[in-house]
Amino acid sequence: MMLETQGATMRFGGLVAVADLKLEIDANEIVGLIGPNGAGKTTAFNMITGVYEPTEGRIRFQGKDITGKPAHSITEAGIARTFQNIRLFSTMSVLENVLVGSTVQERPNWITSVLGTPGYRKRTKEVRDFAMDLLEETGLAEFADEQATSLPYGKQRRLEIARALASRPSLLLLDEPAAGMNPQESIELMDFIHHVRERFGLSILLIEHHMQVVMGVCSRMYVLDYGVTIAHGTPDTIRLDPKVIEAYLGVD
Amino acid sequence: MKTRDTILNLGGLAVLVLLLWWADGHLGNYAMRILNLSAIYIVLALSLNLANGFTGLFSLGCAGFMAVGAYVSAILTMSPDIKEMNFFLEPLAPWLQGLTLPFGIALIAGGVCAAIAGLIVGLPVLRLRDDYLAIATLGFSEIIRVVITNLQGLTNGAQGLKSIPKYSTTWVVWGVALLAVLFMSRLVRSSYGRQLKAVRDDEIAAEAMGVNVFRVKVVSFTLSSFMAGVGGAMLGHMITTIDPKMFSFMLTFNILLIVVLGGNGSISGSVIASIGVTVLMEAMRFLDEPLNFLFVKTDGLPGLRMVVFSALLMIVVIFRQRGLMGDRELSWESLARTGLLPRSRNGGLA
Repeated sequence: MMLETQGATMRFGGLVAVADLKLEIDANEIVGLIGPNGAGKTTAFNMITGVYEPTEGRIRFQGKDITGKPAHSITEAGIARTFQNIRLFSTMSVLENVLVGSTVQERPNWITSVLGTPGYRKRTKEVRDFAMDLLEETGLAEFADEQATSLPYGKQRRLEIARALASRPSLLLLDEPAAGMNPQESIELMDFIHHVRERFGLSILLIEHHMQVVMGVCSRMYVLDYGVTIAHGTPDTIRLDPKVIEAYLGVD
Repeated sequence: MKTRDTILNLGGLAVLVLLLWWADGHLGNYAMRILNLSAIYIVLALSLNLANGFTGLFSLGCAGFMAVGAYVSAILTMSPDIKEMNFFLEPLAPWLQGLTLPFGIALIAGGVCAAIAGLIVGLPVLRLRDDYLAIATLGFSEIIRVVITNLQGLTNGAQGLKSIPKYSTTWVVWGVALLAVLFMSRLVRSSYGRQLKAVRDDEIAAEAMGVNVFRVKVVSFTLSSFMAGVGGAMLGHMITTIDPKMFSFMLTFNILLIVVLGGNGSISGSVIASIGVTVLMEAMRFLDEPLNFLFVKTDGLPGLRMVVFSALLMIVVIFRQRGLMGDRELSWESLARTGLLPRSRNGGLA
C-alpha cells in the first residue's frame, strides 16, 4: 500500500471540508479524485502533503504514519505535488526551478555551499544532470535557461511536474494538471502522465475536472461531494453511478 | 572562458589593492575615512541584502545587531586602563576588566554574539511575515538598544565607550568587505542560495519542494546578523567612540536606503550604492550648514541632507522600483555584452 488515509477529516470551524476520507492507493497505480467545485479535493491534497493537519484520522504512507508532519518532511518521505494555480519560482530559470525540486536529494548546507567542497560539487553535478534529464523528458530542455514564468501556460504546467519529479517521489499528486488546456493538449497530457508513471515507476493521485482525462488515465477513482466520498471504483462504474450523476448534473 | 574571468578577477583585485595602497598614502585623513566608511557600509548593506533581498525577510533590526557587535568587540579589545577610565560610574564586571583580546578574535566574537542575538530574536520573530516581521525586528532592535543603555556595569550605559582602539585600518575594512562580497556571491549562486531565493519567491511552493522554509529563514537571518555585528564592530573601531544613541533606527534607515537604491537582491548594486551614498552623504554636508542662495537664506538646518536622500529614495521608488541594478549583477560577462571586453564563448560570472 502506497498511501492510505484512515478516516481523515478536516474541519474549519463549523465547516467540514473533508469528512472521513478513506483513500487507498497501491504502488504504480493512477487514481483520480473528482468532484464538483468546493467538494474538498484540494483540501484532501493539503492534508496529505502536510499543508494542513487533519482534525481527525490518520494518513499512512508506505506503512509509516505521516499525519501532522511538516510539508517539507513529507516531500522528503517521497510525496511530491503540483499546484492548481501554478506556483513556479518567478525569478528563477526553468532549470533552477527543477533544481529547487532536488533539494531533498541534495540537502545543501550553507557552509559546504560557500566553500564548494568536492562532496558538494559532486552532488550538484548529479542533481544538475538529473534535472537536465527531466527537462529532456518533459520536452523543456531547450528552455532550460529561460525565465520560468515566460513559458506558455501548458509548458509551465509541465515544468511544475518536472520540478515535482526532481525530488524522486514514489507518489505524485497532480492538482488539476489539465486546467486551462485545450482538448489536444489534454490528450498529450494523458500520454505524458502514463509515460511518467512507467518511466519513474511511481503512483499518481490526480485531481481533474476534464472527464475525458480522468476516465482515460485512471484505473480507479474517488468522487467527493461536499467533503463526503460518494462513490469509488473503476471509471465504468463511476460513469453509471446515480449518486455521481446527481452530484454533477443534478436530479429532480 | 573561465580563464579570462580568473585573470580579470585577479586583475581587478590587483587594481583595488593598488588603488587602496595609493589612497592610503596620498589621501588625507578625511578622504580616507569616507573611503573606509564605504567599505563598512558594503558589509552592512550586504548583511541587510542577504535577509531582505535574497531571502525576502523584511528585517529592520540591523542597528541592534550592529550595537551588539560593536560593544562586544570594543569591550574585548580595550586595555584595563582605558576600561577603568570609561567605567567611572560603576565598574565593569570583574571578569571582563582584565580581558584584552587581539582585534581579529574580538571582531569575530562581536559577529558571533550578534549572530546569537539574531538567532534568539529570529526563532520567535521569523514566524511572522512582511510588515509584521519588519515591526517585530524593529522592536527588538530598540529593545537591544534599551538593554545596552541600562546595563551600566557591562556597557557603561548612556555614557557609551570612549577611546576604543582604532583598529579599523584601510586594509582591515576593505579586506573584510572583500570577504563579505566573496562570501555573498558564492552563497547566492550555490544550491543553498537557490533555497533562499525559493523562499523569497514562493514560500508554499518552496516548502512543498522539500525546503525547510523556517530553518532557511533562521540561517539567513543569523548569517545576516553576524555580518551586521562585524560591520558594527568595525564602525566602533573606526570612530573610536560608541554610545547607544548611535544605533537608533536612523542607522538601519541608511543601510536600507543603500540596499533599495542599489537594488534589492543585487550584490554589485549594494557595493556601488554603499560607495555612492557614503560619498554623497559627505559631499552634501554643506546642506546642513547655513546656506545663502540669492533669495533664500537659512541659518543651518541640520538634517536637510536626509531630506535630499529621502527625496532620492522617493524618486527611485517611483521611477526605478527595483533600484540601480534590480536583481542583476555586474559581471565580466555583462561588461563583455556592452562591448568593453572581448566576448567569451560560454559565459561565466565574475
